[in-house]
Amino acid sequence: MRVPVSWIREHADLPESATSEELAARLTALGLKLEALERPAEAITGPLVVGRVLTMEPEPQKNGKTINWCTVDVGDANGTGEPQGIVCGAHNFAPGDLVVVILPGGVLPGNFAISARKTYGHVSAGMICSGAELGLSAESDGIVVLPADAGEPGDDAIGVLGLDDDVIEMEINPDRAYALSVRGVARDAALAYDAPFRDPCERDVPPADDAGWPVRIEDPAGCPVFVARLVSGLDATATTPEFIARRLTQAGMRPISLAVDVTNYVMLETGRPIHGYDADKLTGTVGVRRAGAGERLTTLDGTRRILSPEDLVVVDDSGLIGLGGVMGGEDTEMSATTTRVLVESAHWDPVSMFRTGRRHKITSEAGKRNERGVDPTICEAAADRVVELLVTYGGATAEPGVTVVGTPPAREPITMAADLPARVSGIDIPADRAVQVLRDQGFAVDAEGADVVAVPPQWRPDVTDPFDLVEEVVRVVGYDAVPSVLPTPGAGRGLTRAQRLRRRVGRTLAGAGAVEVVSFPFVGDASLDALGLDADDERRRTIRLANPLSAQEPAYTTTLLPGLLRAAARNLGRGATGVTLFETGSVVRGGSSPTPILGVESRPSELELKELLAGVPDQPLHLGLVLAGERERAGWWGEGASPQGWAGWADALALVRRLGDELGVPLSTRAAVRAPWHPGRCAEVLAGEGESAVVLGHAGELHPRVCDAHDLPRRSAAVELDLDALLALAPDRVAGPELSSFPMAKEDVALLVDVSVTAAEVEAALREGAGELLESVRLFDVYTGAQVPEGKKSLAFALRFRAPDRTLTEAETGAARDAAVAAAAERCGAVQR
Amino acid sequence: MSGPNSQFDPVEVAVLQPEAVDAAREAALAAIEAAGDPEELKAVRTAHAGDRSPLALANREIGALPPQARKEAGQRVGKARGAVEQALGRRAAVLEAEHEERMLATETVDVTLPTDRQPAGARHPLTTGAELIADIFVAMGWEVAEGPVIEAEWLNFDALNLGPDHPARTMQDTFWTEPASDHLVLRTQTSPVQARTMLSRTPPIYVVSPGRVFRTDEYDATHSPVFHQVEGLAIDRGISMAHLKGTLDHFATAMFGEGITTRFRPSYFPFTEPSAEVDLVCFVCRGSGTDPERGGSVVCRTCKGEGWIEWGGCGVVNPRVLRACGVDDTEFTGFAFGMGIDRSLMFRHGISDMRDLFEGDVRFATTFGSEL
Repeated sequence: MRVPVSWIREHADLPESATSEELAARLTALGLKLEALERPAEAITGPLVVGRVLTMEPEPQKNGKTINWCTVDVGDANGTGEPQGIVCGAHNFAPGDLVVVILPGGVLPGNFAISARKTYGHVSAGMICSGAELGLSAESDGIVVLPADAGEPGDDAIGVLGLDDDVIEMEINPDRAYALSVRGVARDAALAYDAPFRDPCERDVPPADDAGWPVRIEDPAGCPVFVARLVSGLDATATTPEFIARRLTQAGMRPISLAVDVTNYVMLETGRPIHGYDADKLTGTVGVRRAGAGERLTTLDGTRRILSPEDLVVVDDSGLIGLGGVMGGEDTEMSATTTRVLVESAHWDPVSMFRTGRRHKITSEAGKRNERGVDPTICEAAADRVVELLVTYGGATAEPGVTVVGTPPAREPITMAADLPARVSGIDIPADRAVQVLRDQGFAVDAEGADVVAVPPQWRPDVTDPFDLVEEVVRVVGYDAVPSVLPTPGAGRGLTRAQRLRRRVGRTLAGAGAVEVVSFPFVGDASLDALGLDADDERRRTIRLANPLSAQEPAYTTTLLPGLLRAAARNLGRGATGVTLFETGSVVRGGSSPTPILGVESRPSELELKELLAGVPDQPLHLGLVLAGERERAGWWGEGASPQGWAGWADALALVRRLGDELGVPLSTRAAVRAPWHPGRCAEVLAGEGESAVVLGHAGELHPRVCDAHDLPRRSAAVELDLDALLALAPDRVAGPELSSFPMAKEDVALLVDVSVTAAEVEAALREGAGELLESVRLFDVYTGAQVPEGKKSLAFALRFRAPDRTLTEAETGAARDAAVAAAAERCGAVQR
Repeated sequence: MSGPNSQFDPVEVAVLQPEAVDAAREAALAAIEAAGDPEELKAVRTAHAGDRSPLALANREIGALPPQARKEAGQRVGKARGAVEQALGRRAAVLEAEHEERMLATETVDVTLPTDRQPAGARHPLTTGAELIADIFVAMGWEVAEGPVIEAEWLNFDALNLGPDHPARTMQDTFWTEPASDHLVLRTQTSPVQARTMLSRTPPIYVVSPGRVFRTDEYDATHSPVFHQVEGLAIDRGISMAHLKGTLDHFATAMFGEGITTRFRPSYFPFTEPSAEVDLVCFVCRGSGTDPERGGSVVCRTCKGEGWIEWGGCGVVNPRVLRACGVDDTEFTGFAFGMGIDRSLMFRHGISDMRDLFEGDVRFATTFGSEL
């Protein structure tokens, strides 16, 4: 809402000394938040004066333009009283016109300093100004020609142009719809200065009678009040008076024609949207009803709309003539030839306005006010004000007859404990102060014992609850008065275990050289295709958004990899030689069930809650990792330590296993085939053993095609795990170990096995065979080559034995080793080298 | 060597003459002092303290002396040998120290060589920022609550006093999921976590809920359709706006430093009544509204001359919300607040473009390390 300060002062007797900044600050403190304060005069340094054009000589120039060499009477403003010689490029004026002149030494908006300068063969001593140059309008349509009575040559033009009238732009919250009017803003301004307020809606209006235009309301709930007034004999050529045009412009609206401008002016002044019909285009009784399904109406924006039975429409005997309270119809629109105007000033059901506006995607100044709630008692005053202005400035005649259908609904009283404002705000607010503050704002208040009973004024439809009254009291007492007191909760339980473990995961990965990223969780077919997912892959079952930001990514993601792969490629594209990135985020699969919309009067039943929570889909927290390019750097120390020099499957698995170790969850791997990984280099990551093993996710090298599709180097690797599932397996309380201090016995064995046999299988066999004396087993070499037959590989394991209670003998160690090898031979076909 | 002098005759043994012993001692000491390295010292030891050294040989002659002379000669030789042994020890220590020094000198490395074999990792400042905030509140006895990002419409809106026709539902343009009959949204705020908390626990409740939220905003330097919010909820007996103000003052100071105070302005949120916007005193101009570096008349660019920066929204929990979530509004009152984590970090660290948070450029996160 933009309001010129002069308009506020017209209705609130603010002290002369009140500056615009202070006024804006006080309004902000009352809840009308300052967005911008426009001070047009601030950008101009005079002398800016009224001038009368004495002579103008058109002089054609070689560049094709014609300039005017003018002499302008600027009174004594130039110090000499002599006419000022000025070159002007515009042509929309004539000798005798009053214009606006900036003299040398002056500065126009944009730091445009004016000096006498030689141009087109003359010394031009100043400039005749356009609206754009003065900051009055966006585009220039020639220079400003002032009305003949605007002033005398030499007068300061700042005041004449209204440039000294600051404009306060405020952000109006939905609960303060009253402030979408000068009436409301001025009322709060008067409140802020404890100054007298003059209500523009307090006027003598002619009584309702039966002589007015016939109106029939079929839906009084949708349209409780409908006022109609008729004027005739409007001078179609009458122009909008300067003060109305200026104020509309200041308020951000474009002047159009007198009749339209007057309805807009009254809307800004009172808050009540007004619609004017060209009465000559109306047929018979005007009515209000709900639309029939599929009824059509072309609104005055030229849009043909198909209506819903919930839409309120205005009709006459010919059919639909408007979408009530939202936008008029094209057929009965006022035009440049309109001489008879039917003024409609009606109150509409806000909910219906809101729904109709949303359904038809119409945002209008009228709709904005009607859907938030307008004072229903001012319909007659607003209509009468429109009639007055059309009569005064349009030469129209007010026809007898005042149609008023319906009465405004009465407001319900609200009972509030008298000490509630003090209790809720923490400010010491005596009950009588609270009562006075409410009365100052137009509430009818009675004190009844420990309670206060307040009837809100009709312009405050938002105030319905005791706590609403508290806000109205506290905003006047002042939010600055709220003291600062720390509450004292009891002992808390700290972070949950899952919260602590998640921090641990991030620290572990960052400690291992991975950098965390945060991506948008949106995904589309192209991203999933780029991962090489099969048509029936479960990760294609997404939850789609009804209103996605991008048609390419219309769904919530089922995997963290698309965002990570993109971020990796972006880093390499920006010059990084290698990156290890990780992200934790929730993913979700499609196939949700409906969630109910429950009541809000009281807590839902357990059954209702259960149904509600069950309908919200599972959103497990995933961990994703991608490794691309250099993982460990080569340097003066030699090569990077990664097996291939570049990040690969082994680095990915190393990070996964490290994570398992940090969380105390032993993880194992086994070969798997799953997109987007290389079919021969993908591991399923498991926790637990045998039948009870849980698959937590996958890790390994990305498929070469996936690397190519994402502009990543071949051999890049990735991981995706269900982090919630992993964290749930972290042991809550680990039993401390009993450490044997007896000597350890070492045995190394090299075993020949088929290349298809996995290290994990051989290791498991060794473990089982070695028995309980085995302390650890570790694969330390894999060899294929000259000494190993075709189709075989040699796996070298270091076995470590120790007993808790004695030094092992060579015989014991040897027997355990032999048993381990025997088990490997039996289960894996291993032959000791 | 002379045979044992068992005859108790005074026998002159030349090597045991005091002059001879002293000469041997002096010779030994001189040789020790002259030894330049452990090898030389080893040779000196053999020559002057070994089995065939003059003093050792002299020692063997003591038996040849008459018994009454043995004591004196023994003491003389013993003293001399002791002095030599001591000198050897001292010299060995000196030479070893010198040798070690030379050896260490040859092993000198260039300690300025890079050791960035494994590039540093980092956690994202949005993560560590959320943890920082959580820790501020946990230190006051609060707890951290979480909830899903795809949320039931009822929890995101209705339970928070935003009915189906509430104008506020258009204020925060919402991502809805398909089909519409599921009544699911990408949560527009972390407030549904508050509703879930009230529905699952009994007061007193003191929780903060950091998390990811969604609105259909354009993506530019100061807006993002995906961003992060922290909300707080306190429900207890006798809670007032004063407790809200105290909590936010503490939060602001802990997050942004001493002297960063807060200001309340009346505002509107359906879930709170009264409602307020909370502003922070401008970090740059400290409330003066003018640029501290460019003189008193230049408007501060950070706060655009207002002296204050918008931080978030807050208020007293609307009793309608308490009732819908099963809290006895005759016994308990509460306060709630919410602010952007992204925005707070931008203030705290002078980040000018919000998109840097979401691009995944490792240069961004590594700047902050793994703890804020």
